[in-house]
Amino acid sequence: MSDPAITPEVIAKHGITPDEYERIKSILGREPNFTELGVFSVMWSEHCSYKNSKLELKKFPTTGPKVLVKAGEENAGVIDIGDGWAIAFKMESHNHPSAVEPFQGAATGVGGIIRDIFTMGARPVFSLNSLRFGPIDGDDAESKTNRRLFAGVVSGIAHYGNCIGIPTIGGEVYFDESYSGNPLVNVFNLGILRHEQIARGGAVGIGNPVFYVGAETGRDGLAGAAFASRELTEESKEDRPAVQVGDPFREKLLLEACLELLASGCVAGIQDMGAAGLTCSTCETASRGGTGVEIDLNLVPKREEGMTPYEILLSESQERMLVIVHKGQEATVREIFEKWDLPYAQIGEVKDDGMMRVREGDRVVVEIPARQLADEAPLYSREAAPKREIPALDLATVPELDPLESLPKLLAHPSIASKRWVWRQYDHMVRLGATVLPGSDAAVFVVREADKILAAATDCNAIYCRQDPREGARIAVAECCRNLACSGAVPLALTDNLNFGNPHKPENFLQLREAVEGMAEACRAFDTPVTGGNVSLYNESPIAAIDPTPTVGVVGLIADPKHITTSAFKQAGDAIILIGDLGHELGASHYLKVCHGRKEGAPPLLDYSHEIEVHNAVRALIRLGLVRSAHDCSEGGLAVAVAESCLAVEGAPLGASLAFTTNGLRADQALFNESQSRIVISTTRGNAAAVLALLEWRGVPARRLGEVTDQDSLTITVDGRAFDWKLASLHEAWAETIGRLMSS
Amino acid sequence: MKFAVIQFPGSNCDQDVIHALRSFDGAEAEYVWHKSESLDGFDAVVVPGGFSFGDYLRTGAIARFSPIMKSVKNFAANGGVVLGICNGFQILCEAGLLPGALVRNRDLHFICEHVKLRVENAETRFTKAAQPGALLNIPIAHGEGCYFADDATLDELERNNQVLVRYDGVNPNGSCRNIAGICNREGNVFGLMPHPERACDPLLGSTDGRVIFQSLLS
Repeated sequence: MSDPAITPEVIAKHGITPDEYERIKSILGREPNFTELGVFSVMWSEHCSYKNSKLELKKFPTTGPKVLVKAGEENAGVIDIGDGWAIAFKMESHNHPSAVEPFQGAATGVGGIIRDIFTMGARPVFSLNSLRFGPIDGDDAESKTNRRLFAGVVSGIAHYGNCIGIPTIGGEVYFDESYSGNPLVNVFNLGILRHEQIARGGAVGIGNPVFYVGAETGRDGLAGAAFASRELTEESKEDRPAVQVGDPFREKLLLEACLELLASGCVAGIQDMGAAGLTCSTCETASRGGTGVEIDLNLVPKREEGMTPYEILLSESQERMLVIVHKGQEATVREIFEKWDLPYAQIGEVKDDGMMRVREGDRVVVEIPARQLADEAPLYSREAAPKREIPALDLATVPELDPLESLPKLLAHPSIASKRWVWRQYDHMVRLGATVLPGSDAAVFVVREADKILAAATDCNAIYCRQDPREGARIAVAECCRNLACSGAVPLALTDNLNFGNPHKPENFLQLREAVEGMAEACRAFDTPVTGGNVSLYNESPIAAIDPTPTVGVVGLIADPKHITTSAFKQAGDAIILIGDLGHELGASHYLKVCHGRKEGAPPLLDYSHEIEVHNAVRALIRLGLVRSAHDCSEGGLAVAVAESCLAVEGAPLGASLAFTTNGLRADQALFNESQSRIVISTTRGNAAAVLALLEWRGVPARRLGEVTDQDSLTITVDGRAFDWKLASLHEAWAETIGRLMSS
Repeated sequence: MKFAVIQFPGSNCDQDVIHALRSFDGAEAEYVWHKSESLDGFDAVVVPGGFSFGDYLRTGAIARFSPIMKSVKNFAANGGVVLGICNGFQILCEAGLLPGALVRNRDLHFICEHVKLRVENAETRFTKAAQPGALLNIPIAHGEGCYFADDATLDELERNNQVLVRYDGVNPNGSCRNIAGICNREGNVFGLMPHPERACDPLLGSTDGRVIFQSLLS
């Protein structure tokens, strides 16, 4: 079959600009052939090269005493957790595939992130996910589509995670108009390993054999990385062949076989085939090893007849790995992969010439300097729009609604309502680690092999980021660390998933830059280096860009099982104490969005030193055994936080009775404001005075708000005005909304 | 007592079962790969949960052909104790060691949550450490855990006290007669959908699963 001629149209169709084409010609010293053009187009796509974001990403702090493998060095960063143990973790997006094929899109997202983790030599032990969809509560076609996407994504994640036997223990789901037609599916995985088990993705040792292991290559997922680096349009459905098909059973075998192979000591380098498949893994391993890699496509296990070199190299078939083996130890690969009934083949060897050379039998079809292909993609600093001042919310324009109606309305909003419908579908208990059920502030997991307790959470309030990306990104980090503090953990490190619109639009690029700078600053403040992550640009539906969504995932350590703390109230009679101020800021709040239909105003302001004092205070109280529950105030403010602590009790909910005075706040402002750095704890009545004294001694503002009751009501008295809600009706709003919407 | 924990490709609760078993005094536990044909030296067999062979074709339908299953059948025929948990229960049904079948949950969703089980027969090797009628808090995690059999089979199971545990209160998956676990006529093969190994450690919220392993060890 002869290749198509390289015309300006063919070049443009590959997403390569005329300047980039010139650069390709100067790297090669000649015109590329059609296959090479395809190879460059995927390697230089945003998804693989970060060409539009790399200059920004360099602003992140990536080092620290606990960092064993830095962001960008390998497939995932590695962090020391003590006693010779380490964790590898990372978050990655599968937004575009999930938009056109939610089940497989989400499932293969999970498969991809798990491969990134065991490529590092780590055994994956748990997953989280952070999801965003358009509204699901209407009868219109759009809501129906959003429900279909939501149901498909959740069952895709469940399908893959449950089958492979890695628990999905937490995360978040938000619903907002800006994600209609462009859902976000960010998946997180964490693995555990000994320091000496860290595996590297370099093709080292000239003459070492290169093995292909895992599933056969087919035509699925052709050029998926390039697809993910475009906007979604009406025609995106035509891109369905760019979505891969996942087989969690194959990946389970691959996972066990690779860990066995790594333990045998025969591996010189290992790299998963994710985005850009065989192309990416060959040129990246060569580039990292400072070597060359030569492979023969005739030796690659294939699922279909008659595949062209272009198709084989650009296929994103799942569940495949490239392994470089120490010469002379080829038999070990054979033995292990035959035990697991998995395909394997020696397809090439490590060379000393720095080239990625691909042959089809005797014919050379690709010959490109590996380093320039893998690591020297053009980098762009796009034009950023000028910053605009965000006017503070004018409270006079916000009519004061009856809190008796607003609270149930907030609790019934799918972003705030219980996500039990979601996590009940995930096996969150396999591996015997999830000591806290999903739905609390952070997921808590006991790693049995290492005897360590980890806490992890994901966060991003995209309304804040829409209004002020810098402040929103800072708050995302702060809130995530706060969630960890509430569960008794000290944060260690952070992974991020930057979801933005088309970076060629100056507005969008401004958002990206602002968010990265805000996040970088917050990471320094909280001493949580970035260990890696993912950038997903071009998140635009036919209507508009999504709200900027720089999601963060933070992992921390809990020193003692006695410190594990959850958000649910524990016993009637316990005192309820607010750590932090009453607050007043309603700008960009969920109250404003859900009850007034307005996304406006400046988000709350974050004060790092105050925030950190609050975290340290709650952790100190937890360590002293003085905290029975802890829950941070986030979407919906104090009233929602207290209601959630009542409703999250397993079995029958507990009531609460609160009373406080303000300095002239409106009742809705007092109840629903989203000022930062606030945590609601409960403690025994006898310990309340000690808790308040300790907080005063630490200089952290706090007040006793009331107590937990066994009544069927939540009562909050603000400046003498009593608001009383029946728990049963709050429970119905919060616990049953999502299930009801999804069965309609 | 030495337990064999069978590992099929796709088993994923094998490590959990080993971990739980080793927390009991007097229990030893080792993996046995599905291509092995020997159970020599073992006193009991556990077929753990997971997705053996990816649940392809039908849950448990391919695993029953693995070489080890011939030995498991012989082991059972000679009176050896065999416990099947979740996918292990499905495999034992497919292999004909237990009657009936497990089909898709009533609501078609995978369900992972704690459920209440009532011990219906406390006079077996698997339940003798429990009080008759005791309520156990043990989690389930399955997409195909709806126990199904024809009325004649169900009547016979009831008549012979082969229903060892039943869902109490809420039937999560639509199982016939709320059945969560059954044993064979001889009482040496037991299959159940809930995961007792996930309820053996107070950190995980319940230790009610221990009674099953304690029964076997006492």
